[in-house]
Amino acid sequence: MKQALLMLGCWLALWSTQTMAETETTPSYEDLLIELTEANLNTTQPILEQIEATEHPDVLVLFKTLLDGNLNFRKADQALISIIDINGTDQYTEFSTGTAIDPLGRRDVTKIRVNNNLRNYLTSAIGRLQLTSPNPELRKAAVLSLLDNLQPSTAAELTRLRTEEDNRSVLASIDLALAMYSAESGDSTAAKITAIDKLSESLEPSARNLLFSLERDAEDPAVQDAATEALKKIDGKVTFYGYVDQLFFGLSLGSVLLLAAIGLAITFGVMGVINMAHGEMLMLGAYTTYVVQLLMPGYINYSIWVAIPAAFIVAGLFGILIERCVIRFLHGRPLETLLATFGISLILQQLVRTVFSPLNRRVAAPDWMSGSLEINPVLSLTYNRLTILIFALIVFVALLLIMKKTALGLYVRAVSQNRDMAKAMGIKTDRVDALTFGLGSGIAGIGGVALSQLTNVGPNLGQAYIIDSFMVVVFGGVGNLLGTLVAAFTLGIANKFLEPITGTVLASILVLVFIILFIQKRPKGLFPQRGRASE
Amino acid sequence: MTLKPILQGLTFAVASTVLSTAAIAEDPIKVGVLHSLSGTMAISETTLKDTVLMMVEQQNEAGGLLGRPLEAVVVDPASNWPLFAEKARELLTQEEVDVIFGSWTSVSRKSVLPVLEELNGLMFYPVQYEGEESSRNVFYTGAAPNQQAIPAVDYLRNELGVERWVLAGTDYVYPRTTNKILEAYLMDLGVAEEDIMINYTPFSHSDWQSIVSDIKTFGSAGKKTAVVSTINGDANVPFYKELGNQGVSSGDIPVIAFSVGEEELSGFDTSPLVGHLAAWNYFQSVDADANYDFIDMWHAYIGDEDRVTNDPMEATYIGFKMWVQAVELAGTTDVDAVEQAMIGQTVANLTGGTAVMNKNHHLSKPVLIGEIQDDGQFEIVWQTAGVVPGDAWSDFLPGSRMLLADWAPPLKCGNYNTETGTCSGTVY
Repeated sequence: MKQALLMLGCWLALWSTQTMAETETTPSYEDLLIELTEANLNTTQPILEQIEATEHPDVLVLFKTLLDGNLNFRKADQALISIIDINGTDQYTEFSTGTAIDPLGRRDVTKIRVNNNLRNYLTSAIGRLQLTSPNPELRKAAVLSLLDNLQPSTAAELTRLRTEEDNRSVLASIDLALAMYSAESGDSTAAKITAIDKLSESLEPSARNLLFSLERDAEDPAVQDAATEALKKIDGKVTFYGYVDQLFFGLSLGSVLLLAAIGLAITFGVMGVINMAHGEMLMLGAYTTYVVQLLMPGYINYSIWVAIPAAFIVAGLFGILIERCVIRFLHGRPLETLLATFGISLILQQLVRTVFSPLNRRVAAPDWMSGSLEINPVLSLTYNRLTILIFALIVFVALLLIMKKTALGLYVRAVSQNRDMAKAMGIKTDRVDALTFGLGSGIAGIGGVALSQLTNVGPNLGQAYIIDSFMVVVFGGVGNLLGTLVAAFTLGIANKFLEPITGTVLASILVLVFIILFIQKRPKGLFPQRGRASE
Repeated sequence: MTLKPILQGLTFAVASTVLSTAAIAEDPIKVGVLHSLSGTMAISETTLKDTVLMMVEQQNEAGGLLGRPLEAVVVDPASNWPLFAEKARELLTQEEVDVIFGSWTSVSRKSVLPVLEELNGLMFYPVQYEGEESSRNVFYTGAAPNQQAIPAVDYLRNELGVERWVLAGTDYVYPRTTNKILEAYLMDLGVAEEDIMINYTPFSHSDWQSIVSDIKTFGSAGKKTAVVSTINGDANVPFYKELGNQGVSSGDIPVIAFSVGEEELSGFDTSPLVGHLAAWNYFQSVDADANYDFIDMWHAYIGDEDRVTNDPMEATYIGFKMWVQAVELAGTTDVDAVEQAMIGQTVANLTGGTAVMNKNHHLSKPVLIGEIQDDGQFEIVWQTAGVVPGDAWSDFLPGSRMLLADWAPPLKCGNYNTETGTCSGTVY
C-alpha cells in the first residue's frame, strides 16, 4: 500500500514537472532520488534540476558519482548504490548512508544512465556548485565549464564572485566569461564592441565560437565588423601555434622513428647485418612491458621503470641467441642473412601468437603520461609524446656514449672497420659480434617499451616499423649514429608538414619517393662513412 | 552426401585444422569456418570462429541436425584477401562443407563471392557492411548502411544538433562506399560542402596526431561538429588514445563509430572516451534475459569471465540459428533448398524483438546507439522503435536507387532494375 502510494506520488510529481511546472509543493530530496531511479534519459534532466535546487549537501557528490557513471540502484528497493572500481575490484556502497555493502549480482542492480546532454548539464551544474570551492584550480575549471552556457543569473553571480576573488588566473577566466556575456547581451553597441575587443586577446575556443556566431548573426553591423576584426587577430595567432603544433608532431614522429631505427643503426649500420627480425625485437620489448604490468598490478605508474631494463635484457638475450645460432654462420652472405632473419621474424611472430594469443594486448599508460601540457587553449603538447621525445634523446646519447667512450664501443668500431686486423690485435671478434647484436636488439627492446605507449601491442607491431627503420638508417648514412638522428627527425617533420596538405597515404608515398631519388643522387646517405672501411 | 573414404582419411590426418565433434555414427554435416586467425583482422575474427564453434557444440548437445552430428571445419585465411578465395574453394571442394560462416572485411567477402557462385556454396556474412550487393549464395546478417550509418547520422542531427561533419575512415571499400552514401545523404539534407571533411588513413595507422588536431580545428568553427568514423581494425586504439590525450571530449566533438564494439574497446582504458558513440544492432549491455543467457553461455564456453560479446557475434548467432531452422524446414542441407527455406525465417534477437530474413537476403533488425562507458561497455542512449529492414541497394546513390534485390520466386534476382525491368545478373 505504502509503495503504491509512493509510486502514485512519484507519478504525480513527474507529471507535474512536465506539464504544469511547480504548481504543487516541491518534492523532497529523498523523493527526487527515488524519481531518479525511475526516469529515462529524456526525463532525467528536469529531476536533476530539481535536485540541484534543493541545495542538499550531498548534491555535489551525487552529481560527481553520476557523471563518473558509478551510480546504480538496487532493483529490490530502489536504493542508490555507488559501485566504484578500486584496483580491479568493485566496491559497493549505499549512497545515502555511505556504508559499504556486499557485492550484488549484475541482474540485481541497474545503472543510472547518462548521455552527452546530461553529462553537459552535470558538468556545468558541478561548475556552479564548485564556483566557491577553496581550490583555485577547481574554481577556474568551474568558470570555464560555464562559458558555453552563460545565463543572466550566472553573469550576476560571477560579477559578485569577482569582487571576492584574489587568484589572478581565476580572475582572468571570470573576466573572459563576463566579456563573453556582455559581447552577446551587453546593453549598448559600444559595450559589446569593448567586450569583443577583450575577447580578441583570448584563444579560448568558446570565445571563438561566440565571435563566429556574432559575425554571422549579430543585428548590428558595427558588432559584426568588430567580431570579424577580432577573429582575424585570433586567427593569426592560431595559425602560428598551428605551425608550432605541427613541428612538435614532426619531432614526435621523428622520435618514434629514432627509437625504432637506432637499434638497427647498430646491427645493420655498424655490423652490416640485414636484420629483418629487427621489428620483432621492438615487439618483444612491447610484450615485455605488458608482462611486467601483469606481474605488478596496482603499480602501473612504476612498472615502466622496471619494463625498460627488462625489455633491454629480454630483447638483448634474444638478439644474442639469434646471432649465436644463425647469423654468425652467414657472415658475408647478405642475401642468405636476409632470408634467414626474415624466417626468424615469422617464427617470433608465431611464438608470440601462440603464447599470448593473436589478439592485441592492453598496455596501460601511467597517469603521468596521459593528458596534455596545456600551453594555451590552442596549443597543448600531449605528455606521452613529450616523454617519448625526451626518452628517445636520452637513449640516443647513452648509445653514443657507449660507442665512443667504452671498451666495448672501441672493439665494435674496430671489428666493423677491419675484422681481420682486429682479430690479429687480440679482440675476440665472436664475442664482440654477439654483444653488438645483443646491444642493438636490446636498444630495439627499449624502443618497444616506448611504442607500447603509442600503438597496439600485437604480433604485427614489428612489421609496421621495419620498413621505416631501414629507411631512416639508409637515409642517414649506414654506420653513422648521428646521421640516424638527423634522418629520423627530418623524415618525421617532412611527413607531418606534408600530411595536412596531401593526406596520410600520399604523404608517406611522397617521402618514400623523395628518399629513392635522394639515394640515387647520394647512395651513401646524408652522412656517408669515410675512409677505407666504407669501401 | 557420401564422402570418399580417402578424403575422410585425409580429413583426420589434418586433425589440427579439423575439429571433429562427435563419434561419427552417421555422416556429419560439415560447417566451414572461414575467419582469419592471424594477421591484422585476427583481433576481430578469432572471436567469431569461437562463436561458431560454440554454436556447433551447443547444437550437437541438442542432438545434432536432421539426426546427424555437426562438424566444424576451421581454416585460417590469415587476413590475406586472395587466400580467402582459395580457402573457400578448399572448403567447398575438398572438405565439401554444407555451409560456410566467415569473412569480416568487405574486401575478403568480395574475394570469396566468385568462388561461392561458381561452386554454388552457401555463406553467412556476419558483419556490418557497405551494402550495394546481394548474392544468391550469401546471407548478410550484419547491418546494411540504412541499419547503421543513416540512423546514426539522423541521431546526431536531431538529438545533438550536429551541423558539421568529419567522415574519417580506413582506406578501403567499406569506408569509401559508406562515406559516399553518407555524403550524398548529407548533401540531400542541405549540408554545405565546406561543412563536410573526409579523411582516409591506411590499415593499422598509428600516428593520429595531425588528424586529431585537424579535427579539432575543423570543429572550432562555431558549429556543432561530429566525427563519423569508419576506421576499422586496430587503428582505432591509437586514434581514441590520441583523442583522449588531446582532450577532445564527447561533449565538444562526439565521435560515432561503426566498427568499434566491445571487443575493440577491450584493448584499452576507455575513461577518456566516455560519451563517444557507436551504432550497432546489439550491445552487450542490453538488459534482456536472452542476452544474459547468451553471455553466460559464451563465458562458460570460452572459460573466461572477462571476454566480451559484440554485434557480429549476435549476427553469427542469428545466422546459425536461422540456418539450422532452414535445414530442418527443408529436410536437407542442399544449398538451393536451404536458400529458399531461409527466406522468412525468424529468430529472437538477443536484444528483444525478432529478426526476420528478408527476400533480399538481409535481416530486419533494431538499430541501437550507445555511448562508451568507462568500463568498456556501451550505454544505450537511443534505439529505433521497431526493426529496420536491411536495404541491399542504397536509396541515396544515383546508381543504385532503382535496384531491387528479391530472391523469392518469381523475381529471383539480386539486382533487379525497376526502371528497365531487367536483371543484370552480376552482383560484384
